[in-house]
Amino acid sequence: MKITSREELTRVREKFQKALALQKKKILVCAGSGCVASGSLNVYNQFKEALEARGLKVAVALEEEPHDQSVGLKKSGCHGYCEIGPLVRIEPFGWLYIRVKPEDCEEIIEKTILGDEPVERLLYKENGKTYAQQDDIPFYQQQTKVVLKNCGRINAESVEEYLAAGGYKALEKALFDMTPEEIISEIDNSVLRGRGGGGFPAGKKWSQVAAHKEAPVKYIVCNGDEGDPGAFMDCSVMEGDPHRMIEGMIIAGIACGAEEGYIYVRAEYPLAVERLQMAIKSDEEYGILGDNIFGSGKNFHLHISRGAGAFVCGEGSALTASIESKRGMPRTKPPRTVDQGLFAAPTVLNNVETYANVSNIIENGSEWYRTIGTENNFGTKTFALTGNIKRTGLIEVPMGTTLRHIIFDIGGGMKNGNFKSVQIGGPSGGCLTEEHLDLPLDFDSLKAVGAIIGSGGLVVMGDDTCMVEIARFFMHFSKKESCGKCTTCREGIPDMLSILERITKGEGEMEDLDKLRKIAKTVQVCSLCGLGKTATNPVMSTLQNFEDEYIAHVRDKRCPAGVCKSLTHIEIQPENCIGCGKCEKGCPGEAIFATENLTPRGLKIREIDQAKCLHCGACIPVCPKKAIQEV
Amino acid sequence: MKTDKKMLDRILNEYACDKLKMIAIMQDIQKELRYLPEDALIYVAEKIGVSKSEIFGVATFYGNFSLEPKGKYVIKCCDGTACHVRKSEGVQKALNSETGTTPDSKNSADGLFTVERVYCLGACGLAPVCTVNDEVYAAMTPEKVHELIVSLKEAENA
Repeated sequence: MKITSREELTRVREKFQKALALQKKKILVCAGSGCVASGSLNVYNQFKEALEARGLKVAVALEEEPHDQSVGLKKSGCHGYCEIGPLVRIEPFGWLYIRVKPEDCEEIIEKTILGDEPVERLLYKENGKTYAQQDDIPFYQQQTKVVLKNCGRINAESVEEYLAAGGYKALEKALFDMTPEEIISEIDNSVLRGRGGGGFPAGKKWSQVAAHKEAPVKYIVCNGDEGDPGAFMDCSVMEGDPHRMIEGMIIAGIACGAEEGYIYVRAEYPLAVERLQMAIKSDEEYGILGDNIFGSGKNFHLHISRGAGAFVCGEGSALTASIESKRGMPRTKPPRTVDQGLFAAPTVLNNVETYANVSNIIENGSEWYRTIGTENNFGTKTFALTGNIKRTGLIEVPMGTTLRHIIFDIGGGMKNGNFKSVQIGGPSGGCLTEEHLDLPLDFDSLKAVGAIIGSGGLVVMGDDTCMVEIARFFMHFSKKESCGKCTTCREGIPDMLSILERITKGEGEMEDLDKLRKIAKTVQVCSLCGLGKTATNPVMSTLQNFEDEYIAHVRDKRCPAGVCKSLTHIEIQPENCIGCGKCEKGCPGEAIFATENLTPRGLKIREIDQAKCLHCGACIPVCPKKAIQEV
Repeated sequence: MKTDKKMLDRILNEYACDKLKMIAIMQDIQKELRYLPEDALIYVAEKIGVSKSEIFGVATFYGNFSLEPKGKYVIKCCDGTACHVRKSEGVQKALNSETGTTPDSKNSADGLFTVERVYCLGACGLAPVCTVNDEVYAAMTPEKVHELIVSLKEAENA
């Protein structure tokens, strides 16, 4: 059913709002990638079966005609706290159940849906306190949800629920109450900066594309090629609230006079592709996408282009080349994408999160947007908080929040060991240390210390992580992903990798450190695209912040974190050995032998013959006294 | 030509032999066959009007395309930063040894498994993860790898 006028849109929205209000109880089962992996779809199916078996009316979709009281059952987007999934939220109470299994469904229906009582054992607990309300849980309590406000709260597969939640109101305003110039000046005034890495103001890009008045075709392209390892924010938006991003793209199209849009999605995100396909199909049915949107005379068509596994396609000109089915190799600029982008036409290229911000700015105004965040860095930023930390997941905080607040308050601090470093911005970013923890996280402050927000991956590392090995890891990644166009990137990165491999094997020399710095500088200066220019950042930042670890590897032939196998050995501490001999029996290399030294109880203390040791570590867990360690 | 021409024609027709859809065409062929046979690429190149070097250039550029047959179970072991920090190396090693593959020789001799190392599958909250034909397995350990491979082999023999 196509919506053909503004009045009809209002009527349709009111109808769905009514239908939603009539669902007195709602069960929101998280169907983000994380919870699906933990089995949430089985939970969803079990709920459906169990509710129907009891003769309860289950409303999976919002029906066009409001019906009487029934239980709403929905697949929601990512709640962010993937580690404790599958997550189930119950409304109107706002309760969150964690690690829900299919066999828990019956009890939830009995107690909560019919009896209005929480199931105590499924609630989140921390430090002896039980949290019923999702919003009270420390992980959620300290976040500000703007982009992610619908994620986990509405059915991710339903445009009807998006409409009922106030979705496409911004599009309505942009179509009927604003001129394209007014839209652009609102975005410009909000200083919305590209969330994909560079932080370039979106309003500027839009006005440059809009200025090409003579161009017969223009494109709106969304970069959903979230390739940074350790980042999954855009994935969650595409899966959890696809219409919010689509709304931003349509508004960009109206503002710039573009009628065609492409979403470029990473191959590794099959679920995001599926949800986007569903979203586009239903939007076309309602006349939200297509010709003459809501009878306004404006048109916008949206297509999906699936990536094929190349990190460099996150770069603008490589991405557009890939949509054109060419090798994704960056080209020299100018001409810039805004002048000659996709199919050589003027193109707006922003990432998922940037478009997902647009509807909020248009609906609430740029002045409202400017109340969040810090000067010149307004709004919020989503981060993927992962690594050696107690609470991992997807978070959203105002720009300018400190790393300390994110890691120790929202993330709950280290999972084990002490804090050593946080890697931010993926392969183009850097490793920050303790002294940077109070830095406000925004585009400008990070640039000043040689890191970038990038797309927003935060990987927390403790003292069991070797920084030289991390640098080696990123060089390995960049070597694999270099497109090979520029000699410096193609040859320089493998050179750096081989030096780093030498160092981690204990074969490094002191002059290697200078060599690394020199090659890094050349790669940085002489490579064409963002990948090459920033690929050496992980090495440069670890060399700067953790030079002592490099020196320990090179000069002392020692890996302080005990990670680099060639530089560590396994030892039995004689004072803790009780002479039980379990390690000796389990040693596949027959490297453990009984010495003449005796324990206080007269048993023979064991020792490892380092020449025979295979380094398999089989002896470590079998020791009842934890006397065997890697040093 | 060895490859099923009917299937190729069906896919080509879906995209109206449009050379701008070459990547999508190859993705659909790979979905059917789990790899891109040489004769299929040459056929597609002719049909959509690009040179052989162009289609091979694109096919070899992107990491997801394979010119060699893949195993029935394609296992991707994530070595993204979050998984790496949570010790994905051990998971990768276990996958290799359990399936009889190596980082360089990714296919098992029985044609059952292909083990690949990938960077970030977007499930960092559950690190370290691996996927079997796109189904995610969370918080992997070498012990869990053993159980997984044994169960896949058992399902195959049953």
